Amino acid sequence: MNAIEVQDLYKSYNGTRAVNGISFEVGYGELFGFLGPNGAGKTTTISILCTLLKPTAGRATIADLDITRESDKIREHIGLVFQETTLDVELTTFENLLFHAYLYGMSREDAARRIDELLSMIGLQNKRNELVKHLSGGMKRRLELIRGLLHRPRVLFLDEPTIGLDPQTRANVWSFIKEMKRVEGTTIFVTTHYIEEASDFDRIAIIDHGRIVAVGNPQRLLSEMGQATVTFGTADSATAQTLLRHGMHDLGNGAYQIKTEDPDLFLKQVMNLQGLRVNDFKVNKPVLEELYISLTGSEIRDEYVDRPASKRRHTR
Amino acid sequence: MRKIILPIYVITVRDLKKFFRQRSRLIGMIARPLTWLFLIGTGLNQVIRGGLGVSYIQFILPGILGMTILFSAMFSSISIVWDREFGFMKEILVTPVSRFSIAFGKIVSGMLVSTIQGIIIMAAAPFIGIRFTIFEALLLIVFIMVVSMCIAAIGVFIASMIKSFESFNIIMNFIVMPMFFLSGAMYPISVLPAFMRYLMYLNPLSYGIDSFKHVMFVEFAHFHSDFSLFADVVLMIVFTLGSTLLAAVAFNRQQKE
Repeated sequence: MNAIEVQDLYKSYNGTRAVNGISFEVGYGELFGFLGPNGAGKTTTISILCTLLKPTAGRATIADLDITRESDKIREHIGLVFQETTLDVELTTFENLLFHAYLYGMSREDAARRIDELLSMIGLQNKRNELVKHLSGGMKRRLELIRGLLHRPRVLFLDEPTIGLDPQTRANVWSFIKEMKRVEGTTIFVTTHYIEEASDFDRIAIIDHGRIVAVGNPQRLLSEMGQATVTFGTADSATAQTLLRHGMHDLGNGAYQIKTEDPDLFLKQVMNLQGLRVNDFKVNKPVLEELYISLTGSEIRDEYVDRPASKRRHTR
Repeated sequence: MRKIILPIYVITVRDLKKFFRQRSRLIGMIARPLTWLFLIGTGLNQVIRGGLGVSYIQFILPGILGMTILFSAMFSSISIVWDREFGFMKEILVTPVSRFSIAFGKIVSGMLVSTIQGIIIMAAAPFIGIRFTIFEALLLIVFIMVVSMCIAAIGVFIASMIKSFESFNIIMNFIVMPMFFLSGAMYPISVLPAFMRYLMYLNPLSYGIDSFKHVMFVEFAHFHSDFSLFADVVLMIVFTLGSTLLAAVAFNRQQKE
């Protein structure tokens, strides 16, 4: 029994396959990341799972409810935070939240209690009666996050929750998402194309051209991907000998390198040796971004190349 | 039941709150018909004489009332396009609320917003010498509500057929303005050539304005109104039910991929 189960899901628009046969599952209470470049099919997948789009083929369940046959029931159990802001800026913070609560059939008392509880969680109690148009971008984002949680969904879907935010606000949003997961125990499904933000998720799936190219725990995926390199630079021949004895290779120009699965252990061993005269050293651990680029390719996508060219044709 | 009624209530309350909060829109919505009434009414009053039994400014009051309803109900429902553009409609669509409740909520809120404005314009009647009893006033309010609901439903239907703001001006120029002029608002239907008269027969606003004339000019009704009051009421109800149904179906269909 998983929170989300997806089997061979397809979605075509006018002949192009936005989602091309994906399968995965997300366990209850997991923070699951759905990573991929723009146009990879992330938003389409989220829209299908949230019952806003119908799949062309395939099956998916949310909390054991079928997305096509039981879409009305599913909507009661999921929360969705969209990529773009979907608040009514002409209403106050409280009104936006109350509107949402009512649409989910919550009573006024329950809603008011829950709203105050969540507002204090994000430190916006003092903005309760402020029109949303007067809030900052970061505040609006946090407000949308708690709105998604207001009706106590089993699964919360977040579509690019940090897009367009400054680095500090992004960090705040993530720490809040992790806090929500800890406090509420909600299963969280996040799409993002900021890969580095996903390094401490429970599991991630990398999607490209509508297909899943990797799925698993991010740290495990990284260690499967390959080894770290440690490089030393030295002008001292005795040090060079010692480094070579420890398995490093001579790269020329006084540079010595080793590939290892555990660079920390190697460094500990070498640093404990006496009399080393090292000018500089460098450790290169593979990061998620390299994994991502190696899987999705770094080629410039057609869509970006095509547009200016076709524009030029039109003007002539 | 609560599941169907509550969303309609919530959507209506939201629209009403926003309506009363936007003072400039409120003032604009009331200033336009009053300006028409007094500027056009007074001006043409001098040109058009006799034959009507009432002064021209009195003659166009039912039409101005129809105009107020047309603009405010249409504008209110078209805010669906607005909500879609700014993403708020998605937030509503992902909730467990049925599509029908959303469409109907929009129609009800458009009806209320428009009725409030209609009543304000109706209050101008005594100032230009049209008087009516409390019973007539209440009857007029009921007619205003029916016409408002019909126009609001047409608005929801149109909003469900168009994709973006760009189509908005086309709607204004090719639907709203002809609907206004081909409704008997400014001149009696009987003075028009046949083909224009047929267009008027297809326009629900014609029957709405005609019903207002019946109530406002009781003694002169026989030559100002174009249809019998009975025909007006029946046709308005038919148009309202039809457009509400059409709106619900179109709205529902648009959300499906």
